[in-house]
Amino acid sequence: MEALELARWQFGITTVYHFIFVPLTIGLAPLVAIMQTAWYRTGNERWLRLTKFFGKLMLINFAIGVATGIVQEFQFGMNWSEYSRFVGDVFGAPLAMEALAAFFVESTFLGLWIFGWDKLPKKIHLACIWAVAIATNLSAYFILAANSWMQHPVGAIFNLETGRAEMVDIVAVLTNPTLLAAFPHTIAAAFLTSGTFVAGIGAWWMVRASRRGDLDLARDVYRPAVRLGLVTMLVAGIAVAGTGDWQAKIMFQQQPMKMAAAEGLCATEDGASFSILAVGDLANDCSGVTHLIEIPGLTSFLASGDFTATVEGVDDLQARYEELYGSDVDYVPNLAVTYWSFRLMIGLGLGSALLAAASLWLTRGRRVTDKRWFGVLGIIAIPMPFLASAFGWIFTEMGRQPWVVHPNPDPTGVDGVWLLTMRGVSTSVGAGSVIGSMVTFTALYGVLAVVWFRLMKRYASEGVADTETDPSPEARRTGPDDTDPTDDGAPDRPLSFAY
Amino acid sequence: MDLAVIWFLLIAVLWTGYLVLEGFDFGVGMLLPVLGRKDKDRRVLINTIGPVWDGNEVWLLTAGGATFAAFPEWYATMFSGFYIPLLLILVALIVRVVAFEWRGKIDDDGWRAWADRAIVFGSVVPAILWGVAFGNLVRGVHLDADHQYVGTFFDLLNPYALLGGATTFLIFLTHGAIFLALKTDGDVRHRARALATRLSVVTLLVAGGWAVWTQIAYSTTWTWLATGVAAVALLGTVRATRVGREGIAFTWSAVAIVAAVVLIFGSMFPDVMPALDPANSLTVDNASSTDYTLTVMTWVAVILTPVVLLYQGWTYWVFRKRITAEQIPEHTGLTFLRR
Ligand code: HDD
Ligand code: HEM
Ligand code: HEM
Repeated sequence: MEALELARWQFGITTVYHFIFVPLTIGLAPLVAIMQTAWYRTGNERWLRLTKFFGKLMLINFAIGVATGIVQEFQFGMNWSEYSRFVGDVFGAPLAMEALAAFFVESTFLGLWIFGWDKLPKKIHLACIWAVAIATNLSAYFILAANSWMQHPVGAIFNLETGRAEMVDIVAVLTNPTLLAAFPHTIAAAFLTSGTFVAGIGAWWMVRASRRGDLDLARDVYRPAVRLGLVTMLVAGIAVAGTGDWQAKIMFQQQPMKMAAAEGLCATEDGASFSILAVGDLANDCSGVTHLIEIPGLTSFLASGDFTATVEGVDDLQARYEELYGSDVDYVPNLAVTYWSFRLMIGLGLGSALLAAASLWLTRGRRVTDKRWFGVLGIIAIPMPFLASAFGWIFTEMGRQPWVVHPNPDPTGVDGVWLLTMRGVSTSVGAGSVIGSMVTFTALYGVLAVVWFRLMKRYASEGVADTETDPSPEARRTGPDDTDPTDDGAPDRPLSFAY
Repeated sequence: MDLAVIWFLLIAVLWTGYLVLEGFDFGVGMLLPVLGRKDKDRRVLINTIGPVWDGNEVWLLTAGGATFAAFPEWYATMFSGFYIPLLLILVALIVRVVAFEWRGKIDDDGWRAWADRAIVFGSVVPAILWGVAFGNLVRGVHLDADHQYVGTFFDLLNPYALLGGATTFLIFLTHGAIFLALKTDGDVRHRARALATRLSVVTLLVAGGWAVWTQIAYSTTWTWLATGVAAVALLGTVRATRVGREGIAFTWSAVAIVAAVVLIFGSMFPDVMPALDPANSLTVDNASSTDYTLTVMTWVAVILTPVVLLYQGWTYWVFRKRITAEQIPEHTGLTFLRR
């Protein structure tokens, strides 16, 4: 393999890996914040127990999200230096803003939250977890601004002299129509992921507690968690479908090839159908694809809101692209990957949302269930939205190939700002170095995944603590004279939240 | 002033923030086996930086992102050229992050031993390699006319750069020991003080030697000022540790790091990445982004950096108390197997 292929594999592996943990952090931080708010408002201890329980799981996950994110920040320079030279003027800005506006807040306030339980006044401590929750979502916004610009460059011009893209309008970059759809879609996917996580673990525990005869635990502690998770799933499921439909319409205009490839559609068609099952040859030739089960008109509808609209096929698009961008390039992405990743994303994700609707019905009123299958289903459901998100990215990124910066086809859009993936790779880095780093990262990530999984499983299977006492300085106040809650005057008190 | 020059300065500021702050938590990590003989002591060490290490590390991410935005050519050439050292640094930072967070989660001696190894490895490797990297930046590297790095990995291991690595290693070690003397009490504090007193002398010799070499071989006249400040600060560290003035010692070692960054960036200027053949150097002008991008980024940095400093400063205030072994609770983590 050449350095190009290796660099692509490495980017794919490290980024998909980073994005296993990211959706859980993005969604779980706000859910934990909601739990803590419920405790702050009601004073009900069950919410404190849930906050601590899911908070620990969030922290285990957060660590690996941070660790794998560090690689992301530098690997553009390492493996994609020509890409970095070409886009740096535009692409670097959201990346730097992400660090300054989001990562600093995230990391600092998370430290305050972990170690501040007994040092900060209750209200400020609660504000810390909200700061974390908001910042993780903000970081998603900036990084997606960068990514959306690669899907659909705006606010930039091509400088013939330097051969680089140059930014002319930051507002356009930060309000890219691609971004405005991708951000809510990704966030909704993250909430679906973490809602499923909370509901799944809660369901398993609810069943277990009921079977042990501890109905109070099942009803008062786990059921609220399950309901919170389920409502999150349902709302996020609807949002993910709605925003996904919006994205599909944008994609149809901006990257018609991706749409055609996702359908394995060879020739231009009116009223193109959406196939659920297809078989095809492996030579990446759409004429070898046979559609077995089809829903008539649906692809046209997805693309434009009209069941009879014309959808251009792969062959016609190839001809059109050759005219526009040069004839010696194959503009067709990997058909099997785009076709299946699109379907798996939708199927796995929406399956979870349907499950949520059914489970909400099952737990209506004050019902708790002791059916073992329900608990098992909860656990099985957890990986589904994770996989859906991964397939979503694989679809987005692989469907964009052979471009790393896809041309903006809008007649009023930017001119000349595009880059083929093969031109973006580092020229000064040999295949040997890339193999070395790929093997290193893959091995390291493999080990970390095993540890992460065992830690998550172990902490999830421990369940909530039997009791929690209010750790806040207010609760410790000895008398009316003791006014400063942060200064307890006793330096030797044990640290309640030590590593 | 030229915007590109302002950004050169801002990137120096970001690196200063990174090296001063993460410098002491590298030091704490490296001293884990030295000052933490019992597990409780090691936990004292880790808890001194527990709430802040992640925030400290973000200074690096910001420096990286800002380099990408303001000097794309520099970002591209440096990180593709310093491929293997950067790979090692990334691996080190990854294992360090997860070791901090996961160490206390499992109550098992073998598990903690692995976490400790990861913390030591994850602190020593970057502490040395950042020095080596900066040494090479000051000295100049093999670049061709397209500003591509054409040297090898072993070219980076020249004596001057290696001395740079020894310098950062020692400075961070001293800085960390002083930080521990300032932030702990009891046994650990006494040992940290004694160690800092001895370490500061070695650091004075090595770092002083490196500064003079830099000044004479690669620098310009005005940086004598930085070299002078560095010398005074290193001497001040030696003296303050000797008389047990921990706060003052910490201030001096921080000043020494600031002076070193000024010396490094002052020596490079107006290059951002000097080439051995000066015609091929990446300079503030030929590596920078357009004025538009730099203007946007200047606004963002000018508004956000003070805010960051405020809340990070507040964090240090919230966790200002010294930590002792008596305060460390028994293990709260679970075991992998249910008991
Ligand atoms: C949609 C969201 C999203 C996407 C697409 C990415 N990330 Fe990420 N990233 C996050 C959402 C996120 C997060 C949720 O905000 C994390 C996870 C854990 C954390 O601390 O923040 C994070 C962590 C994280 C960190 C560590 C921050 C810290 O130390 O606190 C870095 C440096 C990056 N990311 C950089 C990147 C880069 C360069 C990406 C592009 C290739 C990328 N991330 C994709
Ligand atoms: C976190 C979610 C993301 C995932 C899971 C993801 C996934 C992928 C995958 C699988 C590839 C390989 C495609 C191929 O080899 O054909 C890829 C390529 C790439 N992506 Fe993404 N991506 C993500 C986010 C981003 C973001 C946010 C950016 C920009 C900041 C980005 C920039 C790139 C670049 C530069 C390449 C290399 C060119 C290529 O081989 O395609 N990606 N990504
Ligand atoms: C009806 C359901 C859905 C539709 C129609 C849909 C549509 C889309 C489309 C068209 C894209 C590609 C955008 C582009 O390349 O420009 C996309 C990307 C993506 N999808 Fe979906 N999607 C659906 C459900 C889901 C679900 C359930 C999840 C995860 C739980 C998910 C996660 C993602 C992710 C992470 C991306 C990549 C990031 C992005 O471009 O926003 N999607 N989706």
